[in-house]
Amino acid sequence: MLYPVTTVHYLVLSAALLLVGTAGVLARRNIVIILMSIELILNAVNINLIAFSRYFHSVNGQIFAIFVITVAVAEAAVGLGILIALFRNKETVQADEIELLKW
Amino acid sequence: MLTDTLLFYFFAAVTLGGGILTVTRKSAVHSAIALIASLLGVAGLFLLQQAEFLFAVQIVLYVGGIMVLFLFVIMLVNLEQAAHERQFNKQWWLALACVLAVGAEVMYFLKKGAGAFRLAPAPAAAPGGPGNTQAIADVLFSEYLLPFEIASLLLLVAVVGSVIMAKKRI
Repeated sequence: MLYPVTTVHYLVLSAALLLVGTAGVLARRNIVIILMSIELILNAVNINLIAFSRYFHSVNGQIFAIFVITVAVAEAAVGLGILIALFRNKETVQADEIELLKW
Repeated sequence: MLTDTLLFYFFAAVTLGGGILTVTRKSAVHSAIALIASLLGVAGLFLLQQAEFLFAVQIVLYVGGIMVLFLFVIMLVNLEQAAHERQFNKQWWLALACVLAVGAEVMYFLKKGAGAFRLAPAPAAAPGGPGNTQAIADVLFSEYLLPFEIASLLLLVAVVGSVIMAKKRI
């Protein structure tokens, strides 16, 4: 069960990391840590892609992982830019104190 | 083979432990450092799966690039006060329940379907054949050339967007 590491081991690890990241996004108040949890989620996806790339002996999964990393970089840059603009205007980084659109 | 197994469990523990510390620590700087450990664990897993190019990309881009960006923002934004406040929002128990439910579901199906994934022994790399980086480049610049160009456009948009977001008056 545990000894030869199979693709399933990678899938279980990836699912666990995804769930940890999701819990962070849903439960934390600090926006910086929410952005970090999104990075965790994207890394879980990458583990999955690489495991299947190895399983099928094809590099297409690794190409996909490169695109995922590209999107993660763009998302982090824009997200942190928005965070700085938000902090300048609202003086808070807590997600539930930003309620401009709340009815 | 045994070394592979031990390394897998080591990197998996680093990845998961770093991830859990990232979402539970009070201070954002501690979270960032735990996230660096987690990303390095993921890089080790890439190396175990013979994705050497992505291993390098993971370290240079994530640990060297994104994490420095995060630490810069943590320095720019005053997080002293936020560290002393409540860390989790009011719906944290609902979030945890949903995550555990989805986790139980995924683990159940992975257990049911475990027989479908048996890792075949990797074919011995032909000596002098294309390495991992060359194989990726061959596919990336032929089959995936259009997505590659679109990704460069996305990065351009992100650069312009983040510069505008960080301007003084917005």
